[in-house]
Amino acid sequence: MADKSTVTVTDDSFAADVLGSDKPVLVDFWATWCGPCKQVAPVLEEIASENEQITIAKMDIDANPDTPREYQIMSIPTMILFSGGQPVKQIVGAKPKAALLADLADYLG
Amino acid sequence: MANVSEQIRDVIIIGSGPAGYTAAIYTGRAQLEPLVFEGSRYGGALMTTTDVENYPGFPDGIMGPDLMEQFKAQAERFGAELQPKDVTSVELAGDIKKVVVDGTTYLARSVILAMGAQARYLNVPGEQGLLGRGVSSCATCDGFFFRDQDIAVIGGGDSAMEEAIFLSKFARSVTVVHRRDEFRASKIMLERARDNDKIRWRTGVTIDRVVGDGGVSGLELSDGATLDVTGMFVAIGHDPRSELVRGQVDTDEAGYVIVSPPSTATSVDGVFAAGDLVDHTYRQAVTAAGTGCSAAIDVERWLAEHAADPHAQVAAEFVGGGYGSKS
Repeated sequence: MADKSTVTVTDDSFAADVLGSDKPVLVDFWATWCGPCKQVAPVLEEIASENEQITIAKMDIDANPDTPREYQIMSIPTMILFSGGQPVKQIVGAKPKAALLADLADYLG
Repeated sequence: MANVSEQIRDVIIIGSGPAGYTAAIYTGRAQLEPLVFEGSRYGGALMTTTDVENYPGFPDGIMGPDLMEQFKAQAERFGAELQPKDVTSVELAGDIKKVVVDGTTYLARSVILAMGAQARYLNVPGEQGLLGRGVSSCATCDGFFFRDQDIAVIGGGDSAMEEAIFLSKFARSVTVVHRRDEFRASKIMLERARDNDKIRWRTGVTIDRVVGDGGVSGLELSDGATLDVTGMFVAIGHDPRSELVRGQVDTDEAGYVIVSPPSTATSVDGVFAAGDLVDHTYRQAVTAAGTGCSAAIDVERWLAEHAADPHAQVAAEFVGGGYGSKS
């Protein structure tokens, strides 16, 4: 199977691509001006390519203000895991890969 | 599953701020093929800053993360092997140093320590529980979310002034809370903050508690007052990230690694240290880069002096790389 990478979601596509997904989706709320977002980006790409069980989506909060407001994001990077249309886990701040994998363990099978 | 790398490197660099990457550029150009453990958050403290106005060569300023991308690219250009991994442990004594990462032991004749410093928190009730919910140590990451709100910056140094000025672009008001009446910040930064209409001042008080349910709603101060704010940005200084090497190299009472100026040599032969891990006086990107360069040159000379040293020969246990493999 080809390597999977992260996908981009927007305010418009959020309902279909995240809430309506049959797989759990981890959404990374980020912005171009956020250094720690850059630090965690390659780690998320790695996790995306190594795990079929979840989708990793990225949302640029500058271009998409509605969804971050709805989920009361107050710090970036924030990553929220959605399963069955519901937020089930929230991770704040750039973390090492092992720590992220531990946070996601219940959903990685 | 223990694994030992067969290769014995000339130098391993731990850290990826201005000191670590500069050491990588210099040792790379010196053909020492450095292996750099950047840590899971590469780029160091400048990754959470905005405009760097005082790095020479950038008269119009440069964004902290952009500057670090350039450091990194320059290190890669000269053949540094960069790994975005956290070091688990080190064994620095002896001729061959061991650096353990994710169960693999890497070997090197010399090591440059450049792990930098990390932001300090207040450690008061309510703070950790509201981290990312109004409590932040990164104004550039989180200021955006406090548009038209009243917020506080805690601290009295340059980074507190920088954060207050930056946050004033978003917030309705920024109150600088500082435990003393005088400030450690430089004159230029203090004046800039004082000239800013949105910045207010509460001095001679400390924070007793961060109040809020789901988000910050206020700060209880030591004089009994409550400051009504929805955000608290902590800029009260840094602690050296020396846990990895404590007990192996000499550190001072605050945990900074001790070197013997003008050299970057630590108390352990073949181990050098640079940047904010060592420096509690200047703590600038350019001084960190400067000592990173010094460490690289010290390593180069040290390796040349010890090349003919019979004690530098590889211990028998490493030959063939069989050591430690328990398969």
